[in-house]
Amino acid sequence: MNSLVTPIKRETLVVIGNGMVGHHCVEQLIAHGALAHYQIHVFGEEHQRAYDRVHLSEYFGGRDAESLALCEADFYAVSGVHLHLGMQVQEIDRERKEIVTTQGRIPYDCLVLATGSYPFVPPIPGAEGNSRLVYRTLSDLDSIRAAARTARRGVVVGGGLLGLEAANALKSLGLEAHVVEFAPRLMPVQLDADGGEALRQRIEALGVGVHLSRATQEIVPGDEYAYRMNFQDGEFLETDLIVFSAGIRPQDALGRSAGLDIAPRGGVVVDNTCRTSDPCIFAIGECASWNGSIFGLVAPGYTMARNVALQLAGKPYEPFTGADMSTKLKLLGVDVGSIGDAHAATPGAKSYRFIDEATSSYRRLVVSPDGKRVIGAVLVGDNSYYDTLLQYAQNGIKLPQDPSSLILPLSDGAPILGADALPDTATICSCHNVNKGAICCQVDQGCTDLGELKAATKAGTGCGGCSALLKQVFEHELSARGVAVDKSLCEHFAHTRQELYGIVRVEGIQTFEELLAKHGRGHVGCDICKPAVGSILASCWNQPITDPLLIPLQDTNDTFMANMQKNGTYSIVPRIAGGEITPDKLIALGEVAKKYDLYTKITGGQRIDLFGAQLHQLPDIWGELIEAGFETGHAYGKSLRTVKSCVGSTWCRYGVQDSVGMALYLENRYKGLRSPHKIKFAVSGCTRECAEAQSKDVGVIATDKGWNLYVAGNGGMRPRHAELFATDLDDETLVRYIDRFLMFYVRTADKLQRTSVWRESLEGGLHYLKDVIINDSLGLAAELESQMQLVVDRYECEWANALNDPEKLKRFRTFVNDGRGDPDIHFVKERGQRRPATHSELHLIPVTEEAL
Amino acid sequence: MSQTTTALIQTEPTHAVTWRALCHRRDLVANSGVVAWLDGYQVALFHLPQVDDHEKVFAIENKDPKSGANVIGRGIVGTLKGELVVASPLYKQHFRLKDGACLEYPEQRLRVWPARLQGDTVEIGLDS
Ligand SMILES: Cc1cc2nc3c(=O)[nH]c(=O)nc-3n(C[C@H](O)[C@H](O)[C@H](O)COP(=O)(O)OP(=O)(O)OC[C@H]3O[C@@H](n4cnc5c(N)ncnc54)[C@H](O)[C@@H]3O)c2cc1C
Repeated sequence: MNSLVTPIKRETLVVIGNGMVGHHCVEQLIAHGALAHYQIHVFGEEHQRAYDRVHLSEYFGGRDAESLALCEADFYAVSGVHLHLGMQVQEIDRERKEIVTTQGRIPYDCLVLATGSYPFVPPIPGAEGNSRLVYRTLSDLDSIRAAARTARRGVVVGGGLLGLEAANALKSLGLEAHVVEFAPRLMPVQLDADGGEALRQRIEALGVGVHLSRATQEIVPGDEYAYRMNFQDGEFLETDLIVFSAGIRPQDALGRSAGLDIAPRGGVVVDNTCRTSDPCIFAIGECASWNGSIFGLVAPGYTMARNVALQLAGKPYEPFTGADMSTKLKLLGVDVGSIGDAHAATPGAKSYRFIDEATSSYRRLVVSPDGKRVIGAVLVGDNSYYDTLLQYAQNGIKLPQDPSSLILPLSDGAPILGADALPDTATICSCHNVNKGAICCQVDQGCTDLGELKAATKAGTGCGGCSALLKQVFEHELSARGVAVDKSLCEHFAHTRQELYGIVRVEGIQTFEELLAKHGRGHVGCDICKPAVGSILASCWNQPITDPLLIPLQDTNDTFMANMQKNGTYSIVPRIAGGEITPDKLIALGEVAKKYDLYTKITGGQRIDLFGAQLHQLPDIWGELIEAGFETGHAYGKSLRTVKSCVGSTWCRYGVQDSVGMALYLENRYKGLRSPHKIKFAVSGCTRECAEAQSKDVGVIATDKGWNLYVAGNGGMRPRHAELFATDLDDETLVRYIDRFLMFYVRTADKLQRTSVWRESLEGGLHYLKDVIINDSLGLAAELESQMQLVVDRYECEWANALNDPEKLKRFRTFVNDGRGDPDIHFVKERGQRRPATHSELHLIPVTEEAL
Repeated sequence: MSQTTTALIQTEPTHAVTWRALCHRRDLVANSGVVAWLDGYQVALFHLPQVDDHEKVFAIENKDPKSGANVIGRGIVGTLKGELVVASPLYKQHFRLKDGACLEYPEQRLRVWPARLQGDTVEIGLDS
């Protein structure tokens, strides 16, 4: 070290607020090397590190706080940023340049306010406790959940964007939901009168009560429900809880008390560089007021955050010049979009409208006085027009001959704005400010994978609204460069798994050879297409996989109906449905394990795995197991594995339904179903959830009224909480929904795609899936059910089938011309059982010793 | 590694061999593999009833060089870029049936033997 060089003292930068925008600012500071100039302290009043508020509602759909977090738990520490959570900043002492918390004072050289906003609650007498809930933070949602536990009906005050989202949340908690709005229409900010009306009809059709032009005067105790809301017109509405969503107010208290300039309608005043009236203090996100406006969306906040981070890092930056407030949402499953001047407030603006009263769809296109450009739009019912309209509006693209074609039903051959028509400057992802040029640049650098593109540019990782457009642009750019966007299964089939599934079904194809001859290339296939087709054939027709024509298709595990382990021996897992086993069967298992000296271990799926059998031993072992009443457990197949259960109401004092009975029923119904990947179930007898159903592909949790169904969860490498799919189902409906869900998955998933990844890849997400399964929007339900019934009816234990056929048993020989076992398999004893010898242990084994 | 085209051992032998009976045709499984014992060697036999309108049998070493386990005979046969291959069931790397070369890892190579069907007898060619 050179002692002559005195290190430059780093200045202190304090960020107040660890919300979405504050976090983005820190991320950008780190990315642009600002840590070389500053040591950074971040203060957050909430106890969780920054999380994705935009997707807050998914907290009710099964996601937990951790999965909503915007960064890894150690991100701040690893980057060298000091994060103080659960700590409110109480004061800014501008004279001494210090901030004050309950823990003391910290000096700053530079300060960033990112304190966001808070929900506005009108001063209504009687609003307190469960009649004064709000919808902004994780802890707000905890309060709502707690209040909902004993409630039947819930009311949201405020029919704007967030109010409707809150109403949806109440619905998902099983409450009867109502929306009370002061204005004469829903979403008054974004929609015009006709748009609001179309939305109201759609939402009422979903069973949500809509009460317009209602001002709540007071809240008093109710007769039938906990509270009564009295309206100005003498009407009233009773409810058990009230969520206020009547708008947000910028959280500018710190700025006010520190004497910073505050805008007339609230918010800390900032200029084009996001600086407040004190040049050492910046304000970004929803607490900042620019040109008299606050921006209640995440994208403008991110733009401000980038602007400030670049300045502080001493890099060139673009001034903040306002933001586009266009939004595209799905509220209660209804598409709603609003672009630019939705109310045609621009003098001389002209409108085109399309109204379809039959489906309550509405579209309005607002064009400039000269009729050349799009300046605004309103969409209700179908957002597929949104991307195109937004690009027209944002890039000033010249309108087509007949502008109305942009909002008329697409079957009329509307000119869709292809990805090629977009200029390089067209913003694709506004959250992360990624334009088409940046995407082209990645493609030029050789990126051919959408996941990679997202990682490199962050496009599509904010609110996610641009996913479809992003994919379209990406694929267009790839094709434009001659890169085939290859969706082929492998070199033998230029089809996706889904397409092959359709072909097999429609043409009634029963063998791989037939499919290859009619639709593939070559005569042999490969280790990609053979198992994939094997699985499709099994899903469709459920013929025994031991049939001679099917055998060569299977992976070794399916071929030998056991799981190959690293030394070439197999493990055996008999089915123990629901984890329930009689003492006699348990003893029988133990006896078989002892006789064949099999290493024995209990699995995570509540069954027993027996390891170390050689190929030629499998038929003998299975003969004894079948004798004792066991059947195959399909642990080797891409198929239903187990239905885990807790003991439920039969034994448990908390249980409300017979979870074991249901688990047994489900396991016996779906055993043997071949699918794109393995499937795991669990059934819990009460909300304590001892069976961990929310980590399964299909999770069932008992309620006092029936069963709640969760789908598409996953443990493993990439854990994902299952999402609440339907509530309080009776046995029959539960099974019907599961039939449809599984068969729809089997039909549409990619090869080796778990339900979780499949679900995430579904355009339209959970709402779409519910539409298909519950509302039968594709008219498929009956077909899916009957296809499942065929599979159920054809079930046969594969091992019993094989044992009855000497031809099939021929394969279970270690050597076809010699009775010995594999001499290279060696075991050693550990903790009273045998296990494969390691390489180093092998050298200790005398060469004369043969297989055990 | 230099590409050698001359040293490839075809199913049809390129030099004088002694044929030896290993097993019966009915021991084979069409489009799939079985394993035979040959004086301490383990030989995986793959039966392809129809490649380019010919019936073929391939004999290839059963030991997977990556895991050390004797499992090659239980792999899936297929074609990759027109070459017949078997995929190891453990780590899925591919070996060419005609010469045992590994497509992914050139340092892994399996021994191969000439093989043929004489009537219903499966024969393997040994260097004489
Ligand atoms: C349910 C819901 C759905 C939404 N959906 C969308 C959407 O679809 N699209 C969209 O663009 N936007 C949406 N938004 C809005 C979006 O979440 C906000 O625009 C964004 O979170 C603003 O970020 P921010 O950092 O400015 O504020 P916040 O995320 O609110 O963060 C501010 C943080 O500062 C903390 N704080 C405040 N005062 C202090 C203090 N004195 N000391 C320490 N910490 C303090 C707060 O506790 C908070 O954690 C939604 C919001 C909600 C609630």
